[in-house]
Amino acid sequence: MSIWEYANPKKFITTTTPIVPWVLGLSIALLVVGLTWGFFFTPDDFRQGSTVKIIYLHVPAALMAINAWFVMLIASLIWLVRRHHVSALAARAAAPVGIVMTLIALITGAIWGQPMWGTWWAWDPRLTSFLILFLFYLGYMALWEAIEDSDTAADLTSVLCIVGSVFAVLSRYAVNFWNQGLHQGTTVPVATGERSISDIFFVPLVMCMVGFGLLFLALVLMRTATEIRARRIKALEARMRG
Amino acid sequence: MIALLKRDLALAVRAGGGFGLGLAFFLIVIVLVPLGVGPEAALLTLIAPGMLWVAALLAALLSLDRIFALDFEDGSLPLLATSPLPLEGVALMKGVAHWATTGLPLTLAAPALGFLLNLSSTAYVWLFVSLAIGTPALSMIGTFGAALTVGLRRGGLLMSLLVLPLYVPTLIFGAEAVRRGADGLSTTTPLLMLAGITLGSFALLPFAASAALRVNLR
Repeated sequence: MSIWEYANPKKFITTTTPIVPWVLGLSIALLVVGLTWGFFFTPDDFRQGSTVKIIYLHVPAALMAINAWFVMLIASLIWLVRRHHVSALAARAAAPVGIVMTLIALITGAIWGQPMWGTWWAWDPRLTSFLILFLFYLGYMALWEAIEDSDTAADLTSVLCIVGSVFAVLSRYAVNFWNQGLHQGTTVPVATGERSISDIFFVPLVMCMVGFGLLFLALVLMRTATEIRARRIKALEARMRG
Repeated sequence: MIALLKRDLALAVRAGGGFGLGLAFFLIVIVLVPLGVGPEAALLTLIAPGMLWVAALLAALLSLDRIFALDFEDGSLPLLATSPLPLEGVALMKGVAHWATTGLPLTLAAPALGFLLNLSSTAYVWLFVSLAIGTPALSMIGTFGAALTVGLRRGGLLMSLLVLPLYVPTLIFGAEAVRRGADGLSTTTPLLMLAGITLGSFALLPFAASAALRVNLR
């Protein structure tokens, strides 16, 4: 019994199909409770007012946006080393979820930034590196779409994901450096003020984080199963034609 | 490897392989900037380092799809792949050849174009140095992007989408070095980072590029 058994597509589908509704249900339950608690049953921050409550969407989404890329990186490495198709398809399945999380983080950040900083967008290191992460996702997904042969696409996107990861980390450092160089000490990113908050805010936040994580897991499992089935249909069609 | 380099250089110079094209593009972009933002000298001085770097980056991007596409079409790329020369060496030499035909002329021409943007007088030497250090990285990253998209029929647009995010760190450190040079600050840190990116690209990206080539030639 090893974990690689689940690399068999059939085994993967039969194992994950009964799990997915539970994961999805748990994540929805956590999100409903966490968001309701966060939005309606926590006091307003004395400086930020009620705008602070967008944190319950913003932080979990940002967290998952980065973790989705890590999932893709690990899945790509497994594909390159062990040639398990499920792994490549999981990487493909994670990308659209990751890009949506990135978008949620960017948009909620802009909505939060407007009343707080007086601007929708600032070239702050964090904001900029998230925008760059968004571009990396775009390129990765575009490469998947552009190549017809799925094994070739899996190979090339895996290589791109690995190289892209290195450059994404480099960009993060570069952006930090660049902003200090501009001496823009104006915008202060999220976590500084909120770290010291009491459990009243922290517990719903953690619930939302776990909820987003489980939601991501459920979506990726579902999408991977869909990709496996789509590939099977393609193979069947090819056989019928030939 | 040297023979391959010579062949690529000769092809680029003789066959109208876009040798002067990148340079002309660089010139046009730099001319368009003042037309777009207005001719105020102070404003131009402010944005000159960044605009020169962005324009150089776009000019380098323009000729990337030629790196492998021509060889792929006439069948010499599979020949190169089956030759005793390791494919990593081929990728490395392609990158070097691209730099010699694009990055080097851009570096040499950039100070002259600095006049057009009213670049501050202390920045010229740093513009030259940062481009000399940074453009090899642009070529090598671009070679990787070209290797990824060589099998695609219309890979050019996709390649820009793949390559431009990878150019971000190079652009930031390159433009930062010039900006600091213009302000009379120390340029050591950005230049060291730039050199690190270039050396790292040349050390590692040939392997990634040849892996992509092998997949595309399969």
